[in-house]
Amino acid sequence: MTKLTHFHGGLKLAPHTLLAPIIDSSLPEELVYPLLQRANNYALLIVKLGERVLKGQMIASANSPFTAPIHAASSGIVKAIEARIIAHPSNLADDCIVITTDGLDEALASSPCFDYQQETPEDLRAKIHHAGIVGLGGAAFPTATKLSTEQDIHTLIINGAECEPYISCDASLILQKAEEIVQGALILQYILQAKHCIIALEENMLQAAQALQKVINTQSIQLISVPAIYPTGGEKQLIQVLTNTKIPAKSLPAESGFICQNIGTTYAVYQAIIQGLPLTERIITVTGKGINQPQNIRTRIGTPIKHLITQSGGYSKDVQRLIIGGSMMGIALSSDEIAVTKASNCILAMTSDKLENKPAEMPCIRCGDCATVCPAELLPQQIYWYGRSEQLDQCQDYQLFSCIECGCCDVVCPSHISLVQQFRATKGAIIIKAKQAEQANLAKTRFQNQQQRRAKEEQEQLAKAEKRKATIEKMKAASLAKKKSL
Amino acid sequence: MLLLCLVFLLLGLILGYAAQHLKVQGDPIVEQIDALLPQTQCGQCKYPGCKPYAQAIAQGAADINQCPPGGEQTIEALADLLGIEAKPLNAEFGAVKAPAVAFIVEQDCIGCVKCIPPCPVDAILGASKQMHTVIASECTGCELCIAPCPVDCIIMVPIANKPSLWQWSATHHD
Repeated sequence: MTKLTHFHGGLKLAPHTLLAPIIDSSLPEELVYPLLQRANNYALLIVKLGERVLKGQMIASANSPFTAPIHAASSGIVKAIEARIIAHPSNLADDCIVITTDGLDEALASSPCFDYQQETPEDLRAKIHHAGIVGLGGAAFPTATKLSTEQDIHTLIINGAECEPYISCDASLILQKAEEIVQGALILQYILQAKHCIIALEENMLQAAQALQKVINTQSIQLISVPAIYPTGGEKQLIQVLTNTKIPAKSLPAESGFICQNIGTTYAVYQAIIQGLPLTERIITVTGKGINQPQNIRTRIGTPIKHLITQSGGYSKDVQRLIIGGSMMGIALSSDEIAVTKASNCILAMTSDKLENKPAEMPCIRCGDCATVCPAELLPQQIYWYGRSEQLDQCQDYQLFSCIECGCCDVVCPSHISLVQQFRATKGAIIIKAKQAEQANLAKTRFQNQQQRRAKEEQEQLAKAEKRKATIEKMKAASLAKKKSL
Repeated sequence: MLLLCLVFLLLGLILGYAAQHLKVQGDPIVEQIDALLPQTQCGQCKYPGCKPYAQAIAQGAADINQCPPGGEQTIEALADLLGIEAKPLNAEFGAVKAPAVAFIVEQDCIGCVKCIPPCPVDAILGASKQMHTVIASECTGCELCIAPCPVDCIIMVPIANKPSLWQWSATHHD
């Protein structure tokens, strides 16, 4: 048995986990796919308005390592390509593909594979890329890109430590698909040629651990239960707990030989390789006091949230706020017309009593409680101080960008300061400033180049004029000399 | 006495050498001021570009509140750098506008190339009797191309607020 360590800080949160069997979502009338993926990367639209698409058909392709293809989750007609509000903290509209489903659910023929070891890791990675798989833990980073690391990977970690209370989509998936998940882990291990594979679960996920234990029949996979301390599900935190290795700030786990993959992602890899199916559905936890029947739903990606709420018995009467993602790191949504994406792991409807309890913000008393719980080992009180006074360089010196926005500091702050909110704003200010500087630099260079070019052109013209003048004078002199000699 | 003279001579030589070989290229204060300006090269400050304005500020010929595209932020940064009091933007030179880029309405464009030379950053693409267009990512929004157009086919389009350009801000409280 490996000895577990503990990462710095963290919180023991009251578990709100429900472990209900997964139910299948009914077919919604409309499926909506935003083209925007992580940060400012857009997928490339490859369908036309009015075109009929089948389930599993690619409707947008990847045009950079930071995008993944999008596939239709059911058959239907491309009704519109228009701006709709998307699941994004800005609550702004952006271009989406809207498909009206036809109820037939007609699928493209899939090409199953029976022995993945006959194929090279490169081919398998390409299959994962074409299946549009991204990290289903919430960050939605393209899995194929993560797997194409140049580093030597010695340990693959399958992350089953749900990061937050309320979310239970991974645990319920394990109960239903333990064997497939272990298969998926073996495929990932084969692709990475990793010696070790650890499946990490939280210690309160007993049923899931038993289910997995039954189907693990190889020495190379190790099942480890970790203490349920938030945010154990963070990559760097989990690696530290399992292996006592600290991943340095600004460095990726792969640089130290680790790769983490989420349980849902592992199952998607199994589906893509063995069954030949692209990623068109995922498990979503629909929960919170504002929902009548909380449950885990296997949902077609692109389904409007409203449809899932209706399927969960609708809202309770004192519902106040809709959050996508968990209670700690999720984002508030302005409408339930918004569609779920590959990154949506949880839909949380909060009731009023949860919200009104937050007392007013008071000045920081510099108690340092936030620093004690910070899993990234930052000094939130300092960053808050500098951020508020817009001393952006200092914020960066204090490693603002290592902040994972887990919200532990918000929870413990005795003055009830929204620290994460301030950190996000400061990050935003720094990013905007950097962008402006880049734009200004570009404009400056282009202006200077133009001036140089114009100066050169002018000189050339002057030189030409002088040359012409000289030739004319020469000719004049010659004709004069001719006249004289006559 | 002689020793002292020799030491002085030596120091003098070193200083002379330093003055010759460690000479600062250009005026460092002008560079610093220029770095704070938005580089739109729009000429609203009445100088032909950001660098000339920076030179004018350094020489004391221009005030720090003549740059509408930079707005309050630039004025504050300049005041900080020069150790003087910040002041409101001088309305004589224009008002702060929302960021926008030029756009050529193609059905109206006659291909006269008159808009191309005024563009300070070569962001307009076109040739005589050919369709012109603005490379939006290079456009600084200086509006210098608007006046020369004989058919008024260039309009300023505000930069749309898209999720991909959005950032968290301190005023955004949920």
